[in-house]
Amino acid sequence: MRTILRRFSPSPSALIGVALIVAWGLVALLAPLIAPYDPSAIDFAAAADPHPSLAHWLGTDSSGRDILSRLIWGARTTFTVVPLAVVSAFAAGILLGVPAGYFGGWFDALVSRLSDVILAFPALIIYIILITALGPSLLNIIIAVTLAYAPGVSRIARGITLALREQDYVAAAQARGESSLYIMFAEILPNARGPLIVDLCLRAGYTVILTGTLGFLGLGLPPPTPDWGGMVVESAHLLPIAWHMAVFPCVAIASLVIGCNLLADGLRKEGLT
Amino acid sequence: MSAPLLVVDNLHIAYRGDKGDVTVVKDFSLTLGSAETYGLVGESGSGKSTAAFALLGYLAEGGRIVSGSIKVNGAEITTLDEEGLRRLRGGDIAMVYQEPASALNPVLTIGRQLVEARLAHRPGSKAQALADAADMLTKVSIGDVQAMLRRYPHQLSGGQAQRVVIAMALLAEPKLLVLDEPTTGLDATVEAGVVDLIGELARKIGMGLLYISHNLALVGRICERVGVMYAGRVVEEGSTRDIFGRPRHPYTQALIACRPAVTEGTASRRLTVIPGQPPAPGIHIEGCAFVPRCPHAVPGRCDQAAAIAVKTLAGNHFVRCARADDDLAIAAVASEAETRPLPGPEVIRIEHLSKAYLPRNAFGLARRVDLAQLPKANDDISLSVRQSEILSVVGESGSGKSTLARILIGLEEASEGRVLLLDQDVARRRAWRRPRSLLRALQMVFQNPDSTLNPSHKVGAIIGRAVKRLGQIQGRQAITARVDELLAQVQLPQSFVGKYPHELSGGQRQRVGIARAFAGEPDIIIADEPVSALDVSVQAAIVNLLLDMQREAGTTFVFISHDLALVRHISDRVVVMFGGRIMEIGRPAEIFAPPYHPYTEALLQAAREGRRKVPAFDPAPPPRTGCRYAGRCPRRIDGLCEIKEPPRQATPDGHVIFCHLSWEQFGAAQTFSEGD
Amino acid sequence: MDAGMIRFLLRRIGQFIITFLAASFLLFAVTEFSPGTVASKILGPYAVSSQVDLLTEKLHLGDPLLVRYLRWLGIVAGVVENPLGDPTIGLGLSDPRGNRYVGNFGYSLMLKEPVVDVVGERIGYTVLLTLLAILVIIPVSLAAGVAAGVNPGRPVDRILSMGAVILTSLPEFVVAVALLLVGVVWLGILPGTSPMTQGGRWPLSLQLVLPVGVLVIASASYVLRIVRASVADTMRKPYVRTALLKGLKRRDIILHHVLRNAMIPPITVILLQINWLLTGVVVVESIFAYPGVGSLLLQAALFGDIYLVQALTLLALIVAVGTQLIGDLCYLALDPKIKLG
Repeated sequence: MRTILRRFSPSPSALIGVALIVAWGLVALLAPLIAPYDPSAIDFAAAADPHPSLAHWLGTDSSGRDILSRLIWGARTTFTVVPLAVVSAFAAGILLGVPAGYFGGWFDALVSRLSDVILAFPALIIYIILITALGPSLLNIIIAVTLAYAPGVSRIARGITLALREQDYVAAAQARGESSLYIMFAEILPNARGPLIVDLCLRAGYTVILTGTLGFLGLGLPPPTPDWGGMVVESAHLLPIAWHMAVFPCVAIASLVIGCNLLADGLRKEGLT
Repeated sequence: MSAPLLVVDNLHIAYRGDKGDVTVVKDFSLTLGSAETYGLVGESGSGKSTAAFALLGYLAEGGRIVSGSIKVNGAEITTLDEEGLRRLRGGDIAMVYQEPASALNPVLTIGRQLVEARLAHRPGSKAQALADAADMLTKVSIGDVQAMLRRYPHQLSGGQAQRVVIAMALLAEPKLLVLDEPTTGLDATVEAGVVDLIGELARKIGMGLLYISHNLALVGRICERVGVMYAGRVVEEGSTRDIFGRPRHPYTQALIACRPAVTEGTASRRLTVIPGQPPAPGIHIEGCAFVPRCPHAVPGRCDQAAAIAVKTLAGNHFVRCARADDDLAIAAVASEAETRPLPGPEVIRIEHLSKAYLPRNAFGLARRVDLAQLPKANDDISLSVRQSEILSVVGESGSGKSTLARILIGLEEASEGRVLLLDQDVARRRAWRRPRSLLRALQMVFQNPDSTLNPSHKVGAIIGRAVKRLGQIQGRQAITARVDELLAQVQLPQSFVGKYPHELSGGQRQRVGIARAFAGEPDIIIADEPVSALDVSVQAAIVNLLLDMQREAGTTFVFISHDLALVRHISDRVVVMFGGRIMEIGRPAEIFAPPYHPYTEALLQAAREGRRKVPAFDPAPPPRTGCRYAGRCPRRIDGLCEIKEPPRQATPDGHVIFCHLSWEQFGAAQTFSEGD
Repeated sequence: MDAGMIRFLLRRIGQFIITFLAASFLLFAVTEFSPGTVASKILGPYAVSSQVDLLTEKLHLGDPLLVRYLRWLGIVAGVVENPLGDPTIGLGLSDPRGNRYVGNFGYSLMLKEPVVDVVGERIGYTVLLTLLAILVIIPVSLAAGVAAGVNPGRPVDRILSMGAVILTSLPEFVVAVALLLVGVVWLGILPGTSPMTQGGRWPLSLQLVLPVGVLVIASASYVLRIVRASVADTMRKPYVRTALLKGLKRRDIILHHVLRNAMIPPITVILLQINWLLTGVVVVESIFAYPGVGSLLLQAALFGDIYLVQALTLLALIVAVGTQLIGDLCYLALDPKIKLG
């Protein structure tokens, strides 16, 4: 990790990306301290004039709930779901892809065919079917994301492993009689980290989009949980009279995804891949 | 002398780097008459290719001409606009590239690419252009021209691709042909054919030739004049005769001396070494850049700016050396006969070893097939290696020499036969199934300095892991001590333990690789082309290091190489392989002089300079029956060689040849090859 | 077509059939895994357990999963009779085509109609929407991607690349909100919903602008980035240098040497993008109340309309697998290495 940081001479786009992600991360972490209101507190008095004001900087929604507070707590939801889901998808993808590439043979064939099958489903359809079948919960969203992304991650991990296993240092390790486990995870995996980290940033961005979309389609976490996508759908029909209700959550989602994509882009240009 | 075709004057070229501009070509001047052949020699990073590309007005991304002028036929080209450059390129000057396979567009047919080159400068009908292309392919010794025109680049062998690229350049009828390492990466016999073709074409067509190479000897074969570049500067220039006969710059002298000659053996195995390594581009050295490596450098004189002034010796022989007027003796090769360890008992015995790769089905499972039907990477190999012996295995790509090494070390399993390693059969035991004692006994030094070390691990960890696994040493302190000891043995400072491989030069990485291989004090080392990817001036030091370590520990060496001169120099015995089979085994004196196998003969002729033309051929896959070499053998007995296995013929002292010719006939062709 | 190509194609088609069957099994397993759920979904929330048990028995829902899957395949293929249409079950479901025909996906539980009719009514709208989007996406993203890729580092590249990064970061519903705000709320020149009904205030063409626009913005930027990267990469290839040093004109180099090579890697991406478009279609149709199959799938999933979900997902699978086959044909046409083995 230290070498990555050392080689990571700041490219402007990567820096902006990091800044956006870190900023939202801090917001999520400090939500109870910085949110001015209870995100679920209904205030019909405020709803009479929901537009941004001194009391409610970003205004309130149609029930009079403070939008800023809901955004802050929504960040917390996002920063719970997305990292867990992405890490779980990468763990599964790497655990399948690296051995598939290293051993080849029937295991590789099995993993590859299985990946083909899952990748044949459009991603959102996987979520819709799984979430409607299992019900919307944190665990089910994580399961759905893992199922949808693990095949893609495993393909990348397999491809890199396939190229790296021909390297002489792998041959040297084999000639020392090292175990396959050691070779895969101590010799090969550290050298695959560049492309994998870039991919992780990209997929984190997609997952933010995805959780937003699920919320928007009414498949997100159940109602009291503040959810950016859900905030948009609740207020989209009010756009002509109160644009702020839908626009601020949209900006929140967009800024976080842009952060992820800029970071990925910057890392790629730094030659990490 | 006719009016100069090309005049380059004081050219400086710089690239944008992280820390400001890096000048890679300095004070480059060159005058080339029409029909003159000039060789530009230098190691990687010397700036030779940058200078060559600049002649076509082409610089890679971030490069620019800082100052100087380039005149072609009297016209300045550094100030040309896009259209002017377009006319120049492929018009007056054409280029032939390194790695011809990647220089051709993979999705267009050869015919299409040739026609395009022809039409770019001489308008005409497509049919006429196609006819010209076909003519040109004939001139570059391509056999079936019509078939070739319809082929795609991936269907060509390396030698064919380079002939096509040469034909493409010649179709523009250039006045000057620039060749950038045109034979690097080709097999020796193929290389010899291409080089001969280039020399012959230059003579016939009467165009100027600028030949860029790292190989001084090769350039000497076809060029009238030679320039030697070091760290961005031409340090010496003169007629080929002067450069080889009276080299005056210490660098030129060392370059010539550090290569063993294939023609004669020497008493000592140690090579003449140029210490250190070429400076990385961008490192500024005041005065002569060779000073840090020069045995003759005089402080206060060579490290002054004036040291690099051009001095004219006799005629057109120039040198940039402060001590050009002194008589600098070429550092003598240490010639005292060294004591070599006497070969002991057999440590490796290979019996009828064969290796075939089984085809796999869609589910990744090996299909059951008859082994006899498959092409084999190793085919019925039998040989033995004795303790403390240096056994070299030579052959071109596809000869199976690397497969043999991989089976020995346990990266692959043999299909048939036995491999006795210290009396235990390991033919079908990969490394992970071998006991620790056998792993320790046999280790390997790899070819590619870019991939031999794990880029994510520090040098200390890399060697430390090998010490822990293979040396019977426990405890962190003991391991650290052993790592330091190994680093000292390969002449690297202790501080390297904290470095990552990307901070090291190629030669330094090879040293770390050697330290890793010696970590467990192995009985046997397999070295797979350990120096072939290194710069010429660094190779000798690595070879000497390996030899010193071998001698001190009495280690057995299996040395895989395509470099005949080196093999002759260091080996106790040599195995010549072709198409997965052994052609000949013997001591160097036996291998490198008649009687020898026709294939050995071809290899030697390719390695010797300008003795005799090697027949041009396009390597075809070796036949499955009879002698594997029959398809290429000039002395083939039709109806016998390609059908019947060649008999094993041996002398009492162990010289073995597999061939249908009689012992008296071996090397008979030598008589008429001498006179050419 | 020589033997090598035909063998390649047959092998790929074989692989696709296997993939498709496996995917359909997966789909069936997820939607009909538990027999009890199937029956109670058919009967609705107010059914008593005896009714559920009876239906479970009549529909043989107690059979092993694989048996039920094969029977389902048989029904879809028109080989086996669909027991749901049996009047003795008393669900009141009937199909004018009878109970055995090719493409029999059963009945929509939500709409109480044969799935084929429900899908048939709406599929045309989705095809129209997707085709229009593709017709815009491909030329726009190719042209912009090539323009950026052949001028790496120049202003045109920087602007296009940065714009594309930002646009790919926006979810469809965010793009939709932005377009609604501009086109509907501020300018008032476009309708906020696209029910595709004629005779109202808005002509059909204007109703299509926003749905197509959202799909284009969300997808074109991504394709643009891929094309740009591939073109820029190809520009650095040694054979492009060869073409330049042969003295070819820049236009010829880009047309003959760069583009054909640079198009090979993005094919996969462009075709996968069609897959991705299907995702976008679900969102876009839901936002604009567009009467296609995308919004229908979402409603069906939320309702628990298993048969409709099965049919629509299978449809998506056919599109997804089919586009991969098209991709292989493109590779065959572009890359001689595959054609000639």
